[in-house]
Amino acid sequence: MAKIIAGIAASHVPAIGVAIDRGMTGTPYWEPLFKGYEPAREWLAKLAPDVAIIVYNDHANALSLEIIPTFLIGVADKFPIADEGFGPRPVPAVQGCAPLAWHLAESLILDEFDMTIANEMPVDHGLTVPLSITCGQPPAWPFRVIPLCVNVVQYPPPTGARCFKLGQAIRRAVEKFDEDLRVVIYGTGGMSHQLQGERAGLINREFDTAFLDGMTRDPMALTKITHTEYMREAGSEGIEMVMWHVMRGALDENVTEIYRHYHVPASNTAAALLILENRTAE
Amino acid sequence: MSQPRDYESIPGTYVYDSRRGREGYALNMFCMSLNKPENRKSFKDNESAYLDRFPLSAEQRRTVLQRDWLGMLKVGGNIYYTIKIAFCDGLTFQDVAGMMSGVSKQTYEQMMLAGGRSPDGNRYKDERKTEQTSG
Repeated sequence: MAKIIAGIAASHVPAIGVAIDRGMTGTPYWEPLFKGYEPAREWLAKLAPDVAIIVYNDHANALSLEIIPTFLIGVADKFPIADEGFGPRPVPAVQGCAPLAWHLAESLILDEFDMTIANEMPVDHGLTVPLSITCGQPPAWPFRVIPLCVNVVQYPPPTGARCFKLGQAIRRAVEKFDEDLRVVIYGTGGMSHQLQGERAGLINREFDTAFLDGMTRDPMALTKITHTEYMREAGSEGIEMVMWHVMRGALDENVTEIYRHYHVPASNTAAALLILENRTAE
Repeated sequence: MSQPRDYESIPGTYVYDSRRGREGYALNMFCMSLNKPENRKSFKDNESAYLDRFPLSAEQRRTVLQRDWLGMLKVGGNIYYTIKIAFCDGLTFQDVAGMMSGVSKQTYEQMMLAGGRSPDGNRYKDERKTEQTSG
């Protein structure tokens, strides 16, 4: 049986990818952020999962405004790296896990989550930056990846509560898969940030800290945060934190916080990394 | 828009909702085309001719040609799309964020290094000192 053993929440700021790709991680600006990633890399290398489900949003790369799926799952064997307007990131292509991805697609739809299915798509920094943060710069990514895209660009994104329920359904589906796979799930994006308008640059450390605490203490309370509250308190782009709820919903009710790192600023954003393990893990 | 929305009370913020989605579709799809290197080249070679390929309004054209980043948002631009014009120009998200908030690059960088823009005084339009026009 396949099993979800841990959850990772990670910001996916594009500038973090640029800093890695251009060898700037040791500069005074970036060093404090990257220093904080090291314990997480050690933890993940030791955990050595077989597959990662990465919940992220595409940023006008694989998807545009022509068709806007609320939830989409990538079922390919391989996902190329997107050109986001300045050439693709120089990172390895992402290897998919088609058997589990197709099983998830079928199970989720029959469980009343109407997934869009993608046979071909490039992946952008929303997915590759969390991989770089947690795996460094290997010649090939150390595990297979199932991309799960959530629309957070065209208002409204799905609610936090809906995302949490999708996470619960993902867990049910994973546990019905025959092969013995050890699976981790990433919720990406956030934390507080606003990239647009006169209010650009908004950061709310208090909101972010309460959100990080709540992931362990009372995730159900966090699912009640409204879209307007996210935008008002955590910035218009802070709304992408709804994606963390998919990750949290896929874990046990009781989890242990293994690691936390929070740093301001990464470009315009409060960057966070949070690792949660199921109490029943292995 | 059929009814008022509570996020309209947030100052300096342009939520990409159905109204902006309808107004900004062509503008944003022009930006999307810049994901292809050959299109980036055509745009840079002759911006006005390249824009002729897209059914933009006169005001949308103006905001693109003048790099009026805030103006683009007011005519339906979505930041994840309009940023692709900035990438063409060699600018970063932080450069554009500074310009949209009306301060110098250095001032904006310093604000971020000092912990970012505080939500205090920035949650509701009516608590802001200067009048905002995000409607």
